[in-house]
Amino acid sequence: MIETLGLTAERCIELLDAGEISCRELMAAYLERIEREDGDLHAFLRTRGERALAEAERFDSEGRSGLQGVPIALKDILCTRGEETTAGSRILEGHLPLYDAGVVTRLRAAGLVPLGKTNMDEFAMGSSTENSGFGPTHNPWDRERVPGGSSGGSAAAVAAGFAPLSLGTDTGGSIRQPAALCGVVGMKPTYGAVSRHGLIAFASSLDQVGPFALTVRDCALALAAIAGHDRCDSTSVPLPDPIAVPDREDLSGVTIGVPESLLAQGVEPGVRESFDQAMRLAEGLGASVHEVELPHAPYALPAYYLIAPAEASANLARFDGVRYGLRLEEAGDSIIEMYGRTRARGFGDEVKRRIMLGTYALSSGYYDAYYGSAQRVRTLIRRDFDSAFAGCDVIASPTSPTVAFRIGERADDPWAMYASDVLTVPVNLAGLPGISIPSGLAEGLPVGFQLVGPAFAENRILQVAHALEGAIAFDPTPPGMREAAR
Amino acid sequence: MSISRDDVLHVARLARLTVSDQEVDRMSEQLSTILGHVEALSKLELAEVPPTAHALSIENVVRADTARPSWPRDEVLSEAPAPQDGGFRVPPTGGAVE
Repeated sequence: MIETLGLTAERCIELLDAGEISCRELMAAYLERIEREDGDLHAFLRTRGERALAEAERFDSEGRSGLQGVPIALKDILCTRGEETTAGSRILEGHLPLYDAGVVTRLRAAGLVPLGKTNMDEFAMGSSTENSGFGPTHNPWDRERVPGGSSGGSAAAVAAGFAPLSLGTDTGGSIRQPAALCGVVGMKPTYGAVSRHGLIAFASSLDQVGPFALTVRDCALALAAIAGHDRCDSTSVPLPDPIAVPDREDLSGVTIGVPESLLAQGVEPGVRESFDQAMRLAEGLGASVHEVELPHAPYALPAYYLIAPAEASANLARFDGVRYGLRLEEAGDSIIEMYGRTRARGFGDEVKRRIMLGTYALSSGYYDAYYGSAQRVRTLIRRDFDSAFAGCDVIASPTSPTVAFRIGERADDPWAMYASDVLTVPVNLAGLPGISIPSGLAEGLPVGFQLVGPAFAENRILQVAHALEGAIAFDPTPPGMREAAR
Repeated sequence: MSISRDDVLHVARLARLTVSDQEVDRMSEQLSTILGHVEALSKLELAEVPPTAHALSIENVVRADTARPSWPRDEVLSEAPAPQDGGFRVPPTGGAVE
């Protein structure tokens, strides 16, 4: 049986095109590996087993091309018709959506076959996947550490050879940060580039769906399959240019901006060293590097932790025990008592904390001071990026200020957990595209390198990331798993 | 910024969350800490800055008002925890509501 660890989607396509393997065999290899190895990692909440095999087999009998028959894992926040979708929450345990998310429809049209649903922080609220209602995911590089979050299951699945591609969602860093901590590629597209229809909403003005992959080229293939306008999401727009698979090897003529003042705060020495090395490689490829100012970026984290919880408190009002999901009702309950009882049982601590924070920030007498101020800061951050991009093509920084931290280490200190997002949230507030690629190791753990571009500059980011990835030559195989695979 | 137990209870009522005594204590402490960090925003002069609700400038989207088939009622109700007589049953909505 084929070894799936380190297997890229492009290589899967080559093997399928050459007839060296069937779609069914490929799917079976991934399912078998998940069965064997995921007990310890818990990247998946559930796999599709026979259904996935049957769908793969159809491409064997009917003929295939392109991405047809390539497996993909889906974060459990994306609705799948008739197949359980929980968003990592007990309140949705057993929930069978009536429709597929827009991205699921698109990837199915491209012939990608869903393998199963991956673990995540409940309702995408978290940076470690410890807030899942169904238990944490472990980092394939070190089982004692978190994979990042909220899309930790999707990142760990690609790193562990459980899927060549996966989808996650990114509201404040939830694709890029776990990609960084698991040593894989993860991309958050421009707000509006990908449909949010059927994505269970956390913070609607920030949420975007995006891919995880082992390489930048695979990431582009997956993004090309899911991007574009969807009439069921009026904030989605047609892309100005189709997503192209990058082939650039050098960076001559490319100007990279580095927000030095932002990096002065809390970036670990090992992460900084890996970042500096990657920047030297970029210069070696012909890029010119200079400092840019994002003077309001340090205010992004506090602004984000008002805007996102405020939007969440409204979005999560729908979980009320009436139309779907959990309901707890005792004899004689009023509707208010039923609501309170259901939500108290169904939501975990972090979700409750954010609902409370958001409700407070929107409540009478505090709206202007909190939510109103945060929205004004959002304008300042957008303007900072506009000015910075007048003088550079892309902006580079580490993705996460630290490598993967230990499970439990930040569980009792919400703000320490939120600080994981300090370098990723400004990008969401401005609605911009960003990618994280591995830049090397620190303390034996992967370090993420983030590239951000202007709105709809996905192709530019992919080209720069691809060229840099070649120079960095990172081996994405977690050492423990390499030995086990032998 | 300090969030009192009464503040927590008030916000929990607005948010339709039943909270235990223990949770009230913990939330009062944690929300106060978080809001303490958020206070950093008050250092900025924001009076002249317009708010941003949406990152990219988009225009209102309209479409033709054409009828399309909707979801079959039984399919929609199949996910409801307490369906009754072809509808969603809810507990009494009258009475004392704060």
